[in-house]
Amino acid sequence: MIEIKDLHKSYKIGKNLLHVLKGININIKEGELVAIMGSSGSGKSTLLNILGMLDVADKGSYMLDNVPIKDLDETKAAKYRNKFLGFIFQSFNLINYKTAIENVALPLYYQKVGRAERTEKAMQYLAKVGLEDWSSHLPSELSGGQKQRIAIARALAAQPKVLLADEPTGALDSTTSYEVMQLIQDINDEGKTILVVTHEDDIAQMCKRIVLLKDGVIIDDKKVNQIRASDHV
Amino acid sequence: MFNRDSWQEIFETISKNKLRTFLSGFTVALGIFIFVILFGFGNGLKNSFQEFFMDDATNIFRLFPGRTTVPHNGFKSGRDIEFDNDDLAAIQKNFAFQLQYITPRINRNYTIKYKNKSNNYGLRAVAPGHQHAEKTIMMKGRFINSQDVLNKTKYAVIGRLVEKDLFKGEDALGQFIDIGKRSFKVVGVFQDDGGDNEERFVYIPYTTNQLIEKNTDKLGQLIVAFKPIIGYQGAMQFEAELMAFMKKRHDISTKDEGAIYLRNVAEDLEQNQQFGSLLQMVVTFVGIGTLIAGIIGISNIMVYVVKERTKELGIRKAIGATPRSVIAMILQESIFITTAAGYIGLFGGIFLLNSIGDSLDNYFIKNPYINMGTALFATIILIIFGGIAGYVPARRAARIKPIVALRDE
Repeated sequence: MIEIKDLHKSYKIGKNLLHVLKGININIKEGELVAIMGSSGSGKSTLLNILGMLDVADKGSYMLDNVPIKDLDETKAAKYRNKFLGFIFQSFNLINYKTAIENVALPLYYQKVGRAERTEKAMQYLAKVGLEDWSSHLPSELSGGQKQRIAIARALAAQPKVLLADEPTGALDSTTSYEVMQLIQDINDEGKTILVVTHEDDIAQMCKRIVLLKDGVIIDDKKVNQIRASDHV
Repeated sequence: MFNRDSWQEIFETISKNKLRTFLSGFTVALGIFIFVILFGFGNGLKNSFQEFFMDDATNIFRLFPGRTTVPHNGFKSGRDIEFDNDDLAAIQKNFAFQLQYITPRINRNYTIKYKNKSNNYGLRAVAPGHQHAEKTIMMKGRFINSQDVLNKTKYAVIGRLVEKDLFKGEDALGQFIDIGKRSFKVVGVFQDDGGDNEERFVYIPYTTNQLIEKNTDKLGQLIVAFKPIIGYQGAMQFEAELMAFMKKRHDISTKDEGAIYLRNVAEDLEQNQQFGSLLQMVVTFVGIGTLIAGIIGISNIMVYVVKERTKELGIRKAIGATPRSVIAMILQESIFITTAAGYIGLFGGIFLLNSIGDSLDNYFIKNPYINMGTALFATIILIIFGGIAGYVPARRAARIKPIVALRDE
């Protein structure tokens, strides 16, 4: 699903060049649930941003579902993001004046799906995350865990190839975190490829594979025995 | 860009962000409203000005007989000039092409009496054309007509205030008044926009006055009206020709400046029009100033609105909004709001102007108005600048990487 070869990325900070990614090679197959770990400054967020086409690599190749991702302008990146990727953020990033169902339906609006179909699909995904009764609520009326589940429903609504989660449990208490991870595991069980950036070991242990980054290189890449989040709840 | 779905999206955004919508809409509505009001007041001021200074007809010359200052053709200087009936006929005959009408005006003062009320009034002995020269408005009855002049009738037309003074609410029409020792029948009552003094005159046929004054043929001053179609240049030429003609008839040197005075209202008109256009410039300046203030207002609001939405735009981009669709959304929204609000301000302003009407007459603002073209133009300008003001920050927002926008808390 994802093939990355010799990926480099550096940032200019003043006169200094900060080399953040120093040759990343990684292959992720369909249906995998991968945790990307590392301390802050290890380059894990940069990697996720490049995978999410929110940022562009200096060097190296990136294939997503056998499509080479290169020469991206903003318009092209937006279209690929809409088609291939679903995002889950630490701070949920819901649009605060839109109701739950409107937030979930928004990616479909940009896919030019008709209004009635949009609402119907959005309702399906709300039901999937167990929040169909909350469809007409604004984000401010929801708890953190509910917001993240809305965000997950929104990420799923576009039917992306890959879900990218950037510290999805970072803003949640541990019980809620496990609930969210349980949802992510359920989605993965249905065959969706998911990448989770985290620095929490227990969250990483709930994935099927852990990639450890340090100073811009992968120092460890291992398969783990997945701990089911449902055991903790 | 203009499909139903994107409009629905925008209406949702507008209706769910009421404060933002109100702020940007209010700025535009207020800008247009003030523009319309100020421009309307300016026009009202212009109307008052025109009423004050353009009470009389503007296509006339006044010829006043004077005294010669230069000896000419064997005549000594210091000779009094007088116009007579022959002058009148000669001008009518020689200037038929330029002439609209001509009327003498003989000014006299008389004690005028009705029953036991009497007062001193100015008497003007004139021809029918005088009504146009002074823009005299008939309230009832009629003005002096050509039959009166021909038959030397003892008919009089009195001012509104003469009737008020002498008749005390009684109808003057058909009554007889004493002018000096002679009795005249009142055939008309007039009013005049020129003010109270203009309404304290009495008009009689000039021929009647001549008959009273020992059947003289002298005329006092002459009021000559030219056809407006000959224009300002034509009027100037007519003036010169008329002056030369009259000097020749009365054996006056061409260098004599004192024998005949000619006052050309067209020259006054030119000056008045210059003042009028100065007033217009002030009005326009005020209008442009207001419009610029409005544009600055809407620009600030748009910058604020887009800034406030940076994060939302980042989210939209992350889930698939193209830069184009982001810009289109903001533009569509801002143009919709400015258009709707602009028209609210426009019609609010016009409504207020209309309801003011003449109630501010005392403050020299008469019948304020704005012509629809100017008002629409101002509204469209504001909409365009509202669009530009929205476009610049929208384009910047659309260029920001979503990841940067998302970090913006």
